[in-house]
Amino acid sequence: MNFKLETKNLTVKYGEVYGVKDISLAAPHRSVMALIGPSGCGKTTYLRALNRMHDLTRVANVEGEVLFEGKNIYDEDVNPVTVRRKIGMVFQKPTPFPTMSIFDNVVAGLKLVGIKNKTLLNEVCEKALKQAALFEEVKDRLNTAAVSLSGGQQQRLSIARALAVEPEVLLMDEPTSSLDPQATLKIEELIQSLKKDVTIIIITHNMQQAARVSDKTAFFYEGNLIEVGKTKLIFTSPEKKQTEDYITGKFG
Amino acid sequence: MDPENSQLKSKGNFRNKYTDALYKWLGDKIFTFVVVGLGATIILVTLGMALVLFFEGSGALTEFGLFGFIKGTTWDPAVQMVFGAWPFMFGTLVTSALALAISFFPALAVAIFSAEYAPGWLAEIIDNLIKLIAAIPSVVIGIWGIFILAPWLRDSIYEPIFFWTEANYPDMLHILGNPMGYGMATATIVLSLMILPYTTALAKDAIKAVPRDQREASWALGSTRWEVIRMAVLPYARGGIMAGAILSLGRAIGETMAVAMLIGNKNTLPFSIFGAGATMPSVIVNEFREAVESLHLSSLMAIGFVLFLIALIVNLSAAYIQRKLSIGGGQVV
Repeated sequence: MNFKLETKNLTVKYGEVYGVKDISLAAPHRSVMALIGPSGCGKTTYLRALNRMHDLTRVANVEGEVLFEGKNIYDEDVNPVTVRRKIGMVFQKPTPFPTMSIFDNVVAGLKLVGIKNKTLLNEVCEKALKQAALFEEVKDRLNTAAVSLSGGQQQRLSIARALAVEPEVLLMDEPTSSLDPQATLKIEELIQSLKKDVTIIIITHNMQQAARVSDKTAFFYEGNLIEVGKTKLIFTSPEKKQTEDYITGKFG
Repeated sequence: MDPENSQLKSKGNFRNKYTDALYKWLGDKIFTFVVVGLGATIILVTLGMALVLFFEGSGALTEFGLFGFIKGTTWDPAVQMVFGAWPFMFGTLVTSALALAISFFPALAVAIFSAEYAPGWLAEIIDNLIKLIAAIPSVVIGIWGIFILAPWLRDSIYEPIFFWTEANYPDMLHILGNPMGYGMATATIVLSLMILPYTTALAKDAIKAVPRDQREASWALGSTRWEVIRMAVLPYARGGIMAGAILSLGRAIGETMAVAMLIGNKNTLPFSIFGAGATMPSVIVNEFREAVESLHLSSLMAIGFVLFLIALIVNLSAAYIQRKLSIGGGQVV
């Protein structure tokens, strides 16, 4: 079992409409996998199936298997809450909790599991904020409201919050689409350094970003997985015409 | 003429021909007139009512002074002709505040259950039942209270408590009062039932308005259902929930018929827990027919005026709390 997270024939349907169809894809331990493809191709639908976020929408129906360390997370005896503690997620839009301070936002996940030790919380908060390249900007005002931050800072705060609970897999849905180039660079560096002990699956519309950060790239189109392979190969000599057209900017 | 130029020409024509039309504001003027007119009517009617209450009540207010009237504890329309509103203000404030205190958490629980836990069909049933409670005419609730609830409360709750207290702490009996079934406690319980639908409906609206990404952010951290509600939903919805509670308080303050039927109608302090009392609306509805003396009538009007002021304060504080606590000022891309 070399793969951290693997899907076998994963299909997600919204009622009668297919979100993604028959996706078999695997993310190895300690690697970055990029999902690319035009809007509406099912990348987000696929990503959200990986930590059972579809459980929350009654219309979505997931078929097939998602194997986390060999165990299907959709099995009856698996608690979705535990799954989400291990498989974290960063959304496209920043989602700070508006009534909480910056500090409380970062350690929200730790407080959930009952950690009250102030020193530990401080340490984790500082580490997570440093990883998310936000610490220097907010270190003097950790107790101010999180919504007082700018949009880009809020996004890095959301990333810090996801990192604070030390997930084994981190799912990122266009995490840098609201960031400026400098913050984007920092997040990409973060992804590179996180790779040492976290498996990352990232959706991006930025081809250069996919090429820079990922080891493996999967190209989705209209709910189907068209091609997957080593990032270098996908970007230099894709096998399929559609992939080539997309990455060279002919459509999408 | 080449096609490009002909197009330009017709464009020019369009401009020249319809420029005037763009600046014909007649429809706008009529619309503005109607909307502003209707809006102003509402404001004028409300102001007019307040003014009428004030002028009609001014007889009593000049006789006793506004604060003298509010603080006065004697209401005697028969012998002394002295009127003070304090017993009724006390009765109104105590019954309403306690009714809100009793119903707030059950209402919040129902709202959370219906918004977050119940499957669609069950939520639908709950919502309709809640609406049904709100739709029962107050006088029907009153008659149910008189013939069913009050006797039941008297026999199975008030009297056991009363006799137990009599046996153990006879000194406390004057606080409990006569457990006849019609009094402050019964009125409060019925009021709490009557405002429950409002608190529930407004709390549910506030909970439903919490954006999905807030919930998902919390789910993604590995929260359980209750943790999502506690971490993401309730803090976000708190403004709406609190404002809804205060608006319900306003309903309780103004509730007339059911309270007048169940509170026992006693015009003199001290009120006791089980014993009879009165509220501002209940005294108005009970005495307006008999108010032949102009000072008596004027005092009832003055009570109406004070009630109007209290309702105004309650509504304004609801608006203030909603603005103060609601989320949305934050910068989110």
